[in-house]
Amino acid sequence: MTDWEAVIGIEIHVELQTKSKMFCGCAVDFTAEPNTMVCPVCLALPGALPVPNQEAIEGILRIGAAFDCELVEHSLFHRKNYFYPDLPKNYQISQYDIPLCINGHLDIDVDGEEVTIGITRVHMEEDTGKSVHGSETGRIHDADHSLLDFNRAGVPLVEIVSEPDIRSPEQARAYAAELQRVVRSLGVSDVRLEEGSMRFDANISVRPVGQEEFGTRAEVKNMNSLRSLHRASAYEIQRQIALLEGGGTVKQETRHWDEGSGTTAGMRSKEESEDYRYFQEPDLVPLRVDDEWRDRVAASLPELPASRRRRLADAGVERQAAATMVEAIDLAEMFDAAASLGADAKQVGNWLTGEVVAYLRRNEVELGDTALAPEHLHELGQMVEAGGLSSTAAKDVLGYVLAGEGAPGDVASAHDLTQISDEGALDAEVQKILAENPDVLERLRDGDMKPIGFLVGQVMKATRGKADPKVVSSLIRSKAQGG
Amino acid sequence: MPVEIDIAKVAKLARLALSEEELVGYGAQLVDILEHAERVGALPTDGVTPTSHPLPMTNAFRLDEVRPSLDRDEVLEQAPQRDGEFFRVPRILGES
Repeated sequence: MTDWEAVIGIEIHVELQTKSKMFCGCAVDFTAEPNTMVCPVCLALPGALPVPNQEAIEGILRIGAAFDCELVEHSLFHRKNYFYPDLPKNYQISQYDIPLCINGHLDIDVDGEEVTIGITRVHMEEDTGKSVHGSETGRIHDADHSLLDFNRAGVPLVEIVSEPDIRSPEQARAYAAELQRVVRSLGVSDVRLEEGSMRFDANISVRPVGQEEFGTRAEVKNMNSLRSLHRASAYEIQRQIALLEGGGTVKQETRHWDEGSGTTAGMRSKEESEDYRYFQEPDLVPLRVDDEWRDRVAASLPELPASRRRRLADAGVERQAAATMVEAIDLAEMFDAAASLGADAKQVGNWLTGEVVAYLRRNEVELGDTALAPEHLHELGQMVEAGGLSSTAAKDVLGYVLAGEGAPGDVASAHDLTQISDEGALDAEVQKILAENPDVLERLRDGDMKPIGFLVGQVMKATRGKADPKVVSSLIRSKAQGG
Repeated sequence: MPVEIDIAKVAKLARLALSEEELVGYGAQLVDILEHAERVGALPTDGVTPTSHPLPMTNAFRLDEVRPSLDRDEVLEQAPQRDGEFFRVPRILGES
C-alpha cells in the first residue's frame, strides 16, 4: 500500500474596495443598475486610454507587505489576450513576468501547529464584466444568448498565488481563512466569498510520500466558501489517489466543483491549451516603487492577525478567546484599552468573547452600539478581585452595563448583586448559624470537617446568596478551632 | 536562421478566418517582421539599459476619484444587440 501526500497551491483573487475602477473614473458600485458604471475606457471604445488608480497600487502594496513580500522596484503591466464576452478589450490588463510583489509567505495555525505557506507572487489586474443568463433574470431560459453587465469590468483585482506548500484540505482552508483575515485587517477589501470579492482556485495533485517530483495536477474551480474549498480538496485528493491506485493516470485539466453532489467534474476541454500571448501593455508606463514608498507602506500596516494572536496569548488570554478577538477588531480594541488600564487579561478576554459576544448576538447589535467602556471592564475586574462581586454576579452586572444601566458599581448596588465579603459583616451571621447547630460545631471541633459545607450553605441561605462563600468558610474554620 | 511560424494557429488565436491564400501571404509578411526583430536582437547591447516603454517616465497615476459614467441608453444604442439594460451576445460554446 502506498502512502500518498497531497500537494496543493491556491490562487486567490481579491477585489479592492477603491472608490473608482482600476483604469478609469467609473465608480466601483455593485448596487448600481446594470451598465450604468461604464465609460469609454472600461468598455474598450476606440482611442480610450487607461490610467492606473494610485489607491489600488497602494492597496496591493499593503497586501504584498503584509505577506512579507519583496515589493519589486521596477514592474510592468502586460496584456493577457483571450476572447470572452465579459472581457470588452479582448485582453485583460494584468502583470506577467515582473509583478509588483514576490516571494512572500503566510504563517498559518492548523490545530495548534504552525505551518509556513510560501507566496510566489501578488499581482495587479482588472476584473471582468458579469454574464447574466436568461434564467437568472427570470426570463425564459435562452440557450443562444448571454446578457452582459460591465459595471464590474475594470474593478481593481489582486491575484495572490501560493507556492505548492499546502499538504491537506485542513491547511488549504486555514490558509484561505488566514489570508482573508489579513486582507480584511488591511481595510483594502471586504473579502466576502459569498459576494465574490474573494475567490479561489486550487491546483491539486498527489504523490507517493517521499517522492520529490510533483504528480500531474488538476485545477479545481467554483468553490464559493471555505467549507467548499475543504470539501473539494478532500474529494479531489481521494479521486486522484483512487485513480492512481487503480492503475490510471491523472489528466491535467480544469475541474468544476459541484456543491450539491460533492464532486468535481472535468470541464469540456478546449481544442488547444491556453495561449495568452502576453505582451507589455504599451498604453501604460512602468511602475516604480522606491525605498521611500516601500517604507511608507510598511509604516502604514496595522497589527496583523498572527502578531495579535501571539500578543494576546503572551498577555495570558486563552486560545479560543484570542482567536475570537483576532476575528473581531472592535473586541480586540476594547480588550487593549481595558488591559492598558491594568485589567486582568484572561478575565477580560473571557468576558469579551463570552458574555459580551453572546449579548451582541442575542440583541443583534455591534459592540459600538452598547454602553460598554474599557473602564467598566477594569472596574468589574477590581470588584471581583476585592470580593465585592461573585464571578457569577459579575456576568449579570456585565449584562446590565451593556444594556446601558450604568457603571458596574452602581449597577451591582441597584440590582442588589454585591457580595458580602467583609468578615465583620459576616461574623454575626456565622455566630448565629453555629449557635443554631451546636452538634455540627461539636463535630468540627472533633476534627470532622465534612459538615462545613452544610454550615456555609446555611449562611448563604440566611444572606440570600450574597455572602462570599470563601470568607464564610474560613470564618467557620477559625471558630471551630476555638476562635 | 530561418524563422518558422504556424500562421494558421496565430490566425485562430486572433479569431481571424483567413483563406489559404491569405495564410500564405500574411505568413510571409509575419516571417519578414520576425526576421527583422531577430536582426535587431542580434545587435550588441551590452551596457544598454533595457527599457520597456519609449517614454522615460514611471508611475503615471490618477487619484482615486469617481468621474461621471456614460448614459446607459447612449451606450447600449451602440451595441450590435441589446436586451433591456444589458448587452446581448451569442452564448459561448462550453459555457454552462
